[in-house]
Amino acid sequence: MSGESTRARTWRWLREHAVNIVAGLVVLYLLIPIAVIFVFSFNNPAGRYNYTWVGFTLEHWAHAFGREDLTEALLTSLKLALLATVISTSVGTMMALALVRHKFFGRRAANFLIVIPMATPEVVMGAALLSFFLILGSPSLGFETLLIAHVMFCISFVVVVVRSRLIGFDRSLEEAAKDLGATAFTTFRLITLPLILPGIFGGAMLAFALSIDDFVISNFNSGTTVTFPLYIFGAAQRGIPVEVNVIAMILFFATVSAMGFVTWQQRRAEKMASVRPDQEEIVVVPA
Amino acid sequence: MRRRIVPYFLLGPGTIWLVLFFVLPLFYMAELSLWSGAVGSFEFSWHWANYSEALELYDSQFVRSFFYAGAATVLSLLLAYPLAYAIAFKAGRWRNVMLFAVIAPFFTTYLIRTIAWETILSDESPVTEVLKAIGLAPSGHVLATSGAVIAGLTYNYLPFMILPLYASLDRIDVRLIEAAKDLYSSATQSFLRVTLPLSAPGIVAGTLLTFIPAVGDYVNAQFLGGVGNRMIGNVIQSLYLSQSDYPSAAALSFVLMVLIMIVVVVYIRFAGSEALMGEEAR
Repeated sequence: MSGESTRARTWRWLREHAVNIVAGLVVLYLLIPIAVIFVFSFNNPAGRYNYTWVGFTLEHWAHAFGREDLTEALLTSLKLALLATVISTSVGTMMALALVRHKFFGRRAANFLIVIPMATPEVVMGAALLSFFLILGSPSLGFETLLIAHVMFCISFVVVVVRSRLIGFDRSLEEAAKDLGATAFTTFRLITLPLILPGIFGGAMLAFALSIDDFVISNFNSGTTVTFPLYIFGAAQRGIPVEVNVIAMILFFATVSAMGFVTWQQRRAEKMASVRPDQEEIVVVPA
Repeated sequence: MRRRIVPYFLLGPGTIWLVLFFVLPLFYMAELSLWSGAVGSFEFSWHWANYSEALELYDSQFVRSFFYAGAATVLSLLLAYPLAYAIAFKAGRWRNVMLFAVIAPFFTTYLIRTIAWETILSDESPVTEVLKAIGLAPSGHVLATSGAVIAGLTYNYLPFMILPLYASLDRIDVRLIEAAKDLYSSATQSFLRVTLPLSAPGIVAGTLLTFIPAVGDYVNAQFLGGVGNRMIGNVIQSLYLSQSDYPSAAALSFVLMVLIMIVVVVYIRFAGSEALMGEEAR
């Protein structure tokens, strides 16, 4: 009798928590490969292939940057991502400002131009750009063509992120600044920019992440230049060194910290935006 | 007058970049797809046969790509919905942790994640043993099967499904669901008639964000599939980068783009109007 009711109770508990249980399993599914990458960064593989667990070692963490070609590829990726982020973030922020703040002829066309690259498979974008460079014959494939490509696919994402931040923007603060005699540029520098900075940060982070992780488009347009993902692809055939896992985890933790920083910035900006005019923090425009 | 120039000045640099390096290259690819001749001595000649030849040679890879991407999209939706639902309605203070778990895969390189699946699904791994035990791996191995490629695609594009779903579920006014319960609907009824229709925009966005990149993907087929699991992306990549058969590759890229556009337009027509009708009818 009591066994029956226990079973019924278990069944009911399972039914009530079914969604949470499935959700938990999906989270597990999302995190398992990351755990595998982390665990295998401590592996001490017997041969060149880091596929089966042999033994624990800190060797590869101690010499994370010991492989010259790998470190060079990583530095190329970082340089490329940094440049692509700076260019696409400035250009994309300007576009987002135009789209949210101004009504003008051709706005729909501009929106369309921004959405289309996000709805195109990477192979097609990579192949099209390669066709372009091949027919033109210049610039020769390498760092420059990679930079052109990376900025191209980052712009749309930056626009989308910054625009979402601009849409919820309270314009009364800007009007207040103007009423107090600030010029358009001063208002932008002291009011608008600090408030949308978290959005710009978010867009920049996304651009950086997309750029440093890009394989497909880079594969088409790299020439002989090797980025971090291209190094991994090349190494996959002859066995991926454990250092790749170590560097992947270092990048992972670095990104997590950066995310934390952006979230903190965002909270700060929200606080700033909620400041009432009668509080003294708002007095930023010199008389 | 000055005010009118401002938006064009702001849009200028980005627009020029996108036109020059996204739109224009598509035209160049169109030109390339009509070239003829042997490798090394191509010339432009309105060679439409590139298209028919490419389609004839690689029709099975096209079919396979759309099948794999479709299967991965359906699987993603089935996995993503409960998670997005739990984050939106049940997570409470765990919400941020769960959202972090959803985007965490983006913080590690795409290629390494896929290669990690190669490790997880390798013949001696415990996961493969379990799959064998429950009869999901009749051939005795998981790697180099359609299942492995679909699983890889599902994994890699799952966050693209979860995030828009979560966004649309999170916007739902909980009072609507409560009202349904007050009017004596069962949990299933209120889900099917209130929650599900209201999350339709998220479903449409998520399926598109998953399906489009999945069709063109070649990394998963490369690492997790065998010779018989090659997708159209693999063909385009190898024609362009190893065999230098640019005209065929360009023709294939174009066909891929057009096919995706057709699927997307039909889907939006169908799903979009369905979603709207659903909201208006009730």
